[in-house]
Amino acid sequence: MMRFVRRWLGGDNETRDVVVVLSAALLLWEAGVRLLKPSPLILPAPSAIFAAFLETPGLFIRHLGFTLGMTCIGFALAVVLGVALAVGIVYSRFLERTIYTLLVALNSIPKVALAPLFVIWMGTGPEPKVAIALMLAIFPIVIDTVLGLRSVDPDMLHLARVSKASPWAVLTKIRFPCALPSLFAGMKVAISFALVGAIVGEFVAGSQGIGFQILVAQGQFDTVRVFVSLLLLGLVGTVLFFLVDYAERLLLPWHVSQRARHERSAERV
Amino acid sequence: MAATPYVSLDRVGKTYLSPRGPVAALENISLDVRPREFVSVVGPSGCGKSTLLKLVGGLESISSGKVVVDGKALDGPPDRLGMVFQRDVLLDWRTILDNVLLSIEFTRKPRAEERERAMALINRFGLGGFEHRFPWELSGGMRQRASICRALLADPELLLMDEPFGALDAMTRDDLNVELAQIWQDTRKTLLFITHSIVEAVFLSDRVVMMSKAPGVIVDTIVIDLPRPRRLAVRDSAEFAAYVHRIRHHFAELGIVKE
Repeated sequence: MMRFVRRWLGGDNETRDVVVVLSAALLLWEAGVRLLKPSPLILPAPSAIFAAFLETPGLFIRHLGFTLGMTCIGFALAVVLGVALAVGIVYSRFLERTIYTLLVALNSIPKVALAPLFVIWMGTGPEPKVAIALMLAIFPIVIDTVLGLRSVDPDMLHLARVSKASPWAVLTKIRFPCALPSLFAGMKVAISFALVGAIVGEFVAGSQGIGFQILVAQGQFDTVRVFVSLLLLGLVGTVLFFLVDYAERLLLPWHVSQRARHERSAERV
Repeated sequence: MAATPYVSLDRVGKTYLSPRGPVAALENISLDVRPREFVSVVGPSGCGKSTLLKLVGGLESISSGKVVVDGKALDGPPDRLGMVFQRDVLLDWRTILDNVLLSIEFTRKPRAEERERAMALINRFGLGGFEHRFPWELSGGMRQRASICRALLADPELLLMDEPFGALDAMTRDDLNVELAQIWQDTRKTLLFITHSIVEAVFLSDRVVMMSKAPGVIVDTIVIDLPRPRRLAVRDSAEFAAYVHRIRHHFAELGIVKE
């Protein structure tokens, strides 16, 4: 047992790093609150936050599930639509001039400000939440995937032409695999944006989700419950990010950024 | 020799449009390559030798003149063409075997017989045992060997090579020169080879075409009459030295290299 603990602490392990760093931060926070004794209205201690969560765990989990659902649906739609748009933009001068220009222009306005508009258009149900998550998440995916699809070695494309490859074969055998590392870079940004979008949607209107919970607790000056929601969001955001990261490792063992990790894990075995 | 040329360039010119006006990359290039002949093109950087290769490969349009390959005026890449570039452009997510099979996979699913031929090529180039490795696990020389296998697998009639050994260290380069000379001897492809190494050109070729730059023109063509098969030792012979000297001297006269 001791040996296992020592190996776990001594080795090279990202999960452990995350756990250790986050626990240390929570401990520091707890110690700070106990020493300086700020008003619980301003900053409650982690222990108090945990206790508040345990009072109504089912309620928090239910609302968290709703937010998670909105986030994941928005994110999935963003990936599907974003990749399709990127392929269209790379293959069509017309789409590049119209859609891409429009996207880049739209990207520079604060999209969160559009949230109330979505409520007018779609009501107060799940639809505007998904739509806002999708809208925030799609930009990094389109922009990164376009970049990836374009960063193919020109000689590789020459080779494809010489071998009489069809445009479909060039897309599926060369361009798309080549764009995967960029797509994943975009997805890592997009998953966090989707969560932001879902929360903003719940802030603006509705009666479900962690965003709604924060609003309710804020209305009651119940700082502890605001913090429960925030910590849950932090937890879910981190888990989502690492899920995308994990998928990248499984799918792209060949990419430069992954090789060092593979070699490291090979050494451990 | 009466044989009709496999590749024929007739007063070919290539002009690029740049913001500062048209730039002539190639001018008045006339060159015939006979079937199963090994022709090298040597010249300084920027003389348009790579452009010349792309024109023959149908990858770029010509501005004037005519290119005929296998009796047909070019309109896109000709049939039965293989190409090797300075960078090996292997796909990192495919094993060596799958990379070699790529040129066939572009158009259809490779047959068992083609997989066997791919393995035979891989073994012949000393890559046996590495067929399931990924390109990034191999050295530069091995990667370039794999890219030559890939070009040969489709059994092309014409091979175009654009400084394929330019990025390799001197020893690996010598090895690959010998291997290429051998495979050419055995398969007798028509080969147009671009290089900036005079020694490499003389060692490999039946004829060496010398180019000068700005604009790129052919300044001379030299027939290399050395016995085949050639071993590396041929480079120590007086005849070999004489050819190298003659080409270098000519380039010096043109002010392209210092003597």
